[in-house]
Amino acid sequence: MLVDWQQIVTALWETIAMVSFSLLFAVLIGLPLGILLVVTRKGHLWENKQVFAVLNAVVNLFRSVPFIILMVAVIPFTRLIVGTSIGTAAAVVPMMLFSGPYIARLIENSLLEVDPGVMEAAQAMGATPRQIILRFLIPEALSSLLLGITIATIGLVGASAMAGAVGGGGLGDLAITYGYQRFDTVVMVITVGILVIMVQGLQSTGNILSKKIRRR
Amino acid sequence: MITLEHVSKVYDTGIKEITALDDVNLHIEKGEIYGVIGFSGAGKSSLVRCVNLLERPTAGSVTVNGQELLHLSPRELREAKKNIGMVFQHFNLLNSKTVFTNVAMPLLLSKTPKEEVKQRVTELLEFVGLSDKADNYPDQLSGGQKQRVGIARSLATQPSVLLCDEATSALDPETTNSILKLLKQINHEYNITILIITHEMGVIREICDKVAVLDRGKVVEAGSVFEVFSDPKTTIAQNFVRSVMHDQLPDSVYQLIKAQDEAHQIYRIVFIGESTGSPLLSQIAKQFPVEVNVLFGNITELQGIPFGNLIVKFDGEPKEINRVLMHIRHSDITLKEVLADAG
Ligand SMILES: Nc1ncnc2c1ncn2[C@@H]1O[C@H](COP(=O)(O)OP(=O)(O)OP(=O)(O)O)[C@@H](O)[C@H]1O
Ligand SMILES: [Mg+2]
Repeated sequence: MLVDWQQIVTALWETIAMVSFSLLFAVLIGLPLGILLVVTRKGHLWENKQVFAVLNAVVNLFRSVPFIILMVAVIPFTRLIVGTSIGTAAAVVPMMLFSGPYIARLIENSLLEVDPGVMEAAQAMGATPRQIILRFLIPEALSSLLLGITIATIGLVGASAMAGAVGGGGLGDLAITYGYQRFDTVVMVITVGILVIMVQGLQSTGNILSKKIRRR
Repeated sequence: MITLEHVSKVYDTGIKEITALDDVNLHIEKGEIYGVIGFSGAGKSSLVRCVNLLERPTAGSVTVNGQELLHLSPRELREAKKNIGMVFQHFNLLNSKTVFTNVAMPLLLSKTPKEEVKQRVTELLEFVGLSDKADNYPDQLSGGQKQRVGIARSLATQPSVLLCDEATSALDPETTNSILKLLKQINHEYNITILIITHEMGVIREICDKVAVLDRGKVVEAGSVFEVFSDPKTTIAQNFVRSVMHDQLPDSVYQLIKAQDEAHQIYRIVFIGESTGSPLLSQIAKQFPVEVNVLFGNITELQGIPFGNLIVKFDGEPKEINRVLMHIRHSDITLKEVLADAG
């Protein structure tokens, strides 16, 4: 094996950091976006054709660009924010831009699944639009929201490996530089193994949490 | 209490316009239980949703508690809605919240102090008979229990008006009865005005004081339940009344009569109130040379007033039968109608 365990642990932390931070920012972008995509719809709380059309188009645009290309395309933007376009911190920027619109769609879907009758009841009892979103729509969609965010997190684990390949660090970086380019099968197996376990763990945790919220 | 004046509702689906309500006028007094009945698509839901402006009427005015709702600002309207409770066909409860939180929700929205919420919700759950279910989730309840939660929730803010859109349509007959009883009790104990939307005449007969019949967006008949049941004017009202009164000649009897000669005349005699017990028929049999044959009869009670329905056949000379009819028409007992049903 061409690397020591210390390097693997460092790479693991880098991956966890990349995924966590980009997830945090992606949710911060995706949650409001997803909510807006729902409430600006026809017949909804803040019906607004223009806003909906613009948001919808922007989300679709980001969703249609492959991650590899997005990473390169946003380099100037990344430099502007992080100061560099290489490294773990720099990888967070394209990752959040990649995942945010995806999360927006997942959240939009979950919110649309909520029984319209619930909103009707909320309106009948004189809830404000804010209360309708925070006290009715989100709690009712929470279980499915969590599953969506689990899916997005796993997507980010995949993206982090790709980001690693172009200098982002993390397990992906290790797998490519040593496992792939230098034919070190052991490193390859270990890094891929860790990624597999991570994904399994995330999915199970998501499922358990979602179930717990849903009750029975 | 509730007044709708010239209310129209037109849905613009983009492809074509659908007139769901067409110049509807409705007046509901305080403390009344008012029923609106109609077939599917008649506009019943549109009507009740116009009362709390879940749907804004295209034209007309909606007054609840002396307040013209269409003139209120969004904030004033939200306040006004706290005075109008609503119960839904499919309950519309929050599945992610306990029974307690569901009932408490309207109070939580207006930031009621915790202690007060607890006291009020406990009281309400006791009233609807679900004290032991406070910590359960809606999907652990039966349909009837869910509706009780819905009703408790609608009463949380102590409204003076309760709107029920098909509140019992998703329930079996027995559960329907228990929910109707509960609504009646609410009306009695809290003097809450109730507007009930239904397609079942049984619901109207069971608890309503007044009824309006809605047909293709128009109120075609309205009055006290007693009036409409004893003397429905429109065909649609007659059909609804028939659906629960079972005052039709049984088919077997009808066929039997038809097979006989034309001289037989069949009439429907409706007795109301005190006159039900009046020995009208035996009197006729004694006074006139005709034979009286009772083919069918029943007595029901509508709002505490007995209501009788007889289908009789008179055998005899046409001249004599005419005299009998004159006699019936002139008798001072409350005779509502004499109809030639067949022959
Ligand atoms: N949001 C809407 N958009 C377009 N058309 C509508 C809408 N809501 C109702 N309608 C139409 O208005 C008419 C009356 O509908 P409404 O729901 O008031 O009838 P209803 O008497 O409550 O029927 P049901 O017994 O089936 O509930 C129907 O033709 C219906 O298709
Ligand atoms: Mg309806």
